[in-house]
Amino acid sequence: METTKKPDSESPGLTSSEVPPTGSEEKQFLRFKRLNRILHIVMIVSFMSLALTGMTLKFAYTGWAAFLSRLFGGFESAGYIHRVAAVAMIGIFIAHIVDIVRMKRHHYTSWRSFIFGPDSMVFNRKDLRDLIGNFKWFIGRGPRPAYGRWTYWEKFDYFAVFWGIAVIGSTGLTLWFPEFFTRFIPGWYLNVATIIHSDEALLAVGFIFTVHFFNTHLRPEKFPMDIVVFTGRMTLDELKEDKPEEYEALVKTGKLDVSMVEQYPPIVIRVIRTFAWTALCVGFSIVIWIIYAMLFAYQ
Amino acid sequence: MEELVHTLTNRSRKDARSSFRWLGLVFFAALWLVPAMGQENSDCFACHSDKALTGTKTGKSFPVFIDEKRFGESVHSALTCVSCHTDLEGKELPHAEGLAEVKCGTCHATEQELHAKSLHGKAIARGDALAPRCKDCHGKHDILSAKNRMSPTSVLKVPFLCGKCHTEGSPVTAQRTIHQDHILENFSESIHGQALFKKGLIVAPNCVSCHTPHSILPHTDPASSIARRNIAATCTKCHAQIEVVHRKVIRGELWEKEANKLPACVDCHQPHKIRKVFYTQGMADKDCLGCHERRDLKSSKDGRSLTVKIEELGDSRHQKVSCSQCHSEVSVSHLRPCETITKKVECSSCHAEVAQQYQVSIHGKLVSKNDPNGPTCKDCHGTHSVLGKLSPNSPTFPTNVPGLCARCHREGQKAAARYTGSQHEIIEHYTESIHGKGLMKSGLTVTATCTSCHTPHSVLPKTDTLSSVNRKNVPQTCGRCHHGIEEQFERSIHSVLVSKTDKELPVCNDCHTAHTIRRADETGFKLEIMQQCGRCHEAIAKTYFDTYHGKVSQLGYTKTAKCYDCHGAHDILATADPQSHLSRQNVVATCQKCHAGATRKFAGYLTHATHHDPQKYPFLFWTFWGMTSLLVGTFVIGGIHTLLWLPRALQMKRANRKRMEQENKGKNGNDKEA
Repeated sequence: METTKKPDSESPGLTSSEVPPTGSEEKQFLRFKRLNRILHIVMIVSFMSLALTGMTLKFAYTGWAAFLSRLFGGFESAGYIHRVAAVAMIGIFIAHIVDIVRMKRHHYTSWRSFIFGPDSMVFNRKDLRDLIGNFKWFIGRGPRPAYGRWTYWEKFDYFAVFWGIAVIGSTGLTLWFPEFFTRFIPGWYLNVATIIHSDEALLAVGFIFTVHFFNTHLRPEKFPMDIVVFTGRMTLDELKEDKPEEYEALVKTGKLDVSMVEQYPPIVIRVIRTFAWTALCVGFSIVIWIIYAMLFAYQ
Repeated sequence: MEELVHTLTNRSRKDARSSFRWLGLVFFAALWLVPAMGQENSDCFACHSDKALTGTKTGKSFPVFIDEKRFGESVHSALTCVSCHTDLEGKELPHAEGLAEVKCGTCHATEQELHAKSLHGKAIARGDALAPRCKDCHGKHDILSAKNRMSPTSVLKVPFLCGKCHTEGSPVTAQRTIHQDHILENFSESIHGQALFKKGLIVAPNCVSCHTPHSILPHTDPASSIARRNIAATCTKCHAQIEVVHRKVIRGELWEKEANKLPACVDCHQPHKIRKVFYTQGMADKDCLGCHERRDLKSSKDGRSLTVKIEELGDSRHQKVSCSQCHSEVSVSHLRPCETITKKVECSSCHAEVAQQYQVSIHGKLVSKNDPNGPTCKDCHGTHSVLGKLSPNSPTFPTNVPGLCARCHREGQKAAARYTGSQHEIIEHYTESIHGKGLMKSGLTVTATCTSCHTPHSVLPKTDTLSSVNRKNVPQTCGRCHHGIEEQFERSIHSVLVSKTDKELPVCNDCHTAHTIRRADETGFKLEIMQQCGRCHEAIAKTYFDTYHGKVSQLGYTKTAKCYDCHGAHDILATADPQSHLSRQNVVATCQKCHAGATRKFAGYLTHATHHDPQKYPFLFWTFWGMTSLLVGTFVIGGIHTLLWLPRALQMKRANRKRMEQENKGKNGNDKEA
């Protein structure tokens, strides 16, 4: 997911990332670099495909599954899509790792400073403080914590992907090549792998399409959606509001001006919104379908 | 052998018999009174009572022993040996070999004469070695009176005596032209034979009653007792005044006087099979058609048409059967011969076997109860136009059978209306079934039609254990065509021959259905069959659907393994059976049918795994609950976090909106000022 790089801010500004009718020439803060935005889009497509095709098997006993399976051109074609998407997902993962290595080489002197620096995705003591502070704020016992570049829930989402790719990817490969893997492991492991693969996928799908959607895109103050992950741009107001610590650090180091870029023209924004809405709808449909399958059609 | 013939007396018909006895006595007295004849029987028996004594003829040795006791019991006991062996008279004893043939005719001249003129006698004259001589029927030294029950010529034994030669497989039937076959069998089943053998009536006729004992002649010989002109006389020897009960056939005494103008007894009552009556054609067809050809002929009772279409008769299978053979109560002597008809046509007169089947069938039972819904012969076969099932125009031709049965069994028709079972829209379903398509679309006349499974005449409800569609009989019924499958099935675990269980074992139609049978390679069938297996194998079917194979099948695709891909279809065996597709020896090969690289470890995949059974599948159970806990835990934490956040976020939104409004107000104010 998101990597250490450009600052960002989340501001209660109503317009959020929308292009303000006036001041369209106003520069915006660049939170995500192009590679990461592209990776996120590819990941959305890949993840949705994996989820939809995979769920047709997991919930094979529902009419929806049969319908979707036909829509994908049959179970074989759906399986093909599933594997292509899986390869894409692994590609994203590799690209990201390569990117991390390159970033460290270009911007940091040592792995230590990279991993434990303020812009790192790795959990640190401040995240624990923020977590506690946030819960206090939830119950009205304190101010909202002053988040840095990455909040603790963003870091959680980021590492969840590492876990997910490891668990779902490895079991998925086993199921993809059972004849090869059963040369080394007993046949019943395929049954175990099936359970792990499908339940972990359910967890991933369920989490992404509810908690992740809410945390990063759907919070009431951002409603209906925050498209920063697609544009990479956010207003300075938002930065000040959401990531005060990062803002201060940028001001202090004088790097803020470097990170200010031109806005996208409205047509690009419209395309992005269309895509985002589609993804959102698919995601919610899947959630509704899962709930229906689990509650009413479980076998 | 020929020189030892001792026959003197002959068993024959009553009148002949007594006179010959007297004749015999006269001979006896004459011989007794001649003292010059010095040869006593005891002289002969001095040698011939030795059981080891043999003679030779044409190089072959044969015993010349004569049982003195049996000779003593015979009708010729009072005669001396030389009375018959006349060539020994006055000769020195012991005598030389090669005695002359005994001439029975010396005493039994009449019989000898009759025999010489008969079929048998003429054959002897021709030198036919198979032709019977006196001794062949009457014996030699042990001749008994025909009244003696022990005699081969006694009433009860005559059929067997004649049957020695006139039986299937004997040299006589094989090498000589005998126009009748199975004479002895037919006779024993005839009313005469039954009376003789079953009822023991010694007055019942045997062979000689009709054929005479000695003057047996072919029926073509005018002198024969069985010649066409004589047969009536022969029969009336017993059946006196038979013409009285034959008014329908003949008029009075004409039968006896000018029998050649009338049908002879045997024209209707076949010789040797007297019980079965066959009426020949030509009796009155023209007379019948004289009226019945008229298109406007109607019954005076109910007004139904009585027209007989002659063109229908011409093509019909009964083309050579005359009207009166079916409409049997006609009286030729009447002006309207048909006025004596009281009953409907009884097909069973000729089609006895089929009629018997029909009578026990559900159709026959309904008819016998006078149920108007019960179909009679003519409802299916038609009347005058009756055609064989091989004729494409026949309603019983394979392609026409479904339509024929549909007349009553189509939904809404009379048979369907009274039917309470589970099969509905039978005709429609059948038409769509593989059998129906084979028959109707592909025109395959060998395809199963209604009658192939239900039989044509023995139609019974499936609850009847005699029914061809009873559970017990279904495999055999289907096996009549699908024999190879039946063989496999009968060795499988589903066969009653293999599995001894109280549970109901499946038969063909449990999986294939009865009337909606589909091709087994059709997608629909392939998917449905899993539900069929699951009806009995409930738990195991359910766990199958938890696996990849099952889930893909559930989605409606047939490419993944289904029950029969692994277990076999008709040849299912217990997995413990080494022959099973899933036995240790065969399971890897079975997996390899789809997974070419399958190994023994691969075959360890649990094809019926469930994560709900901690005893059987602990790994799966704990993996599932581990994963589920992780999932629930993550959602609980994530959910609480989000839900707590929500009210705060809403609060933030309201604050933002307020601030925006104020900013806008300020902006607008500025604009106005500007």
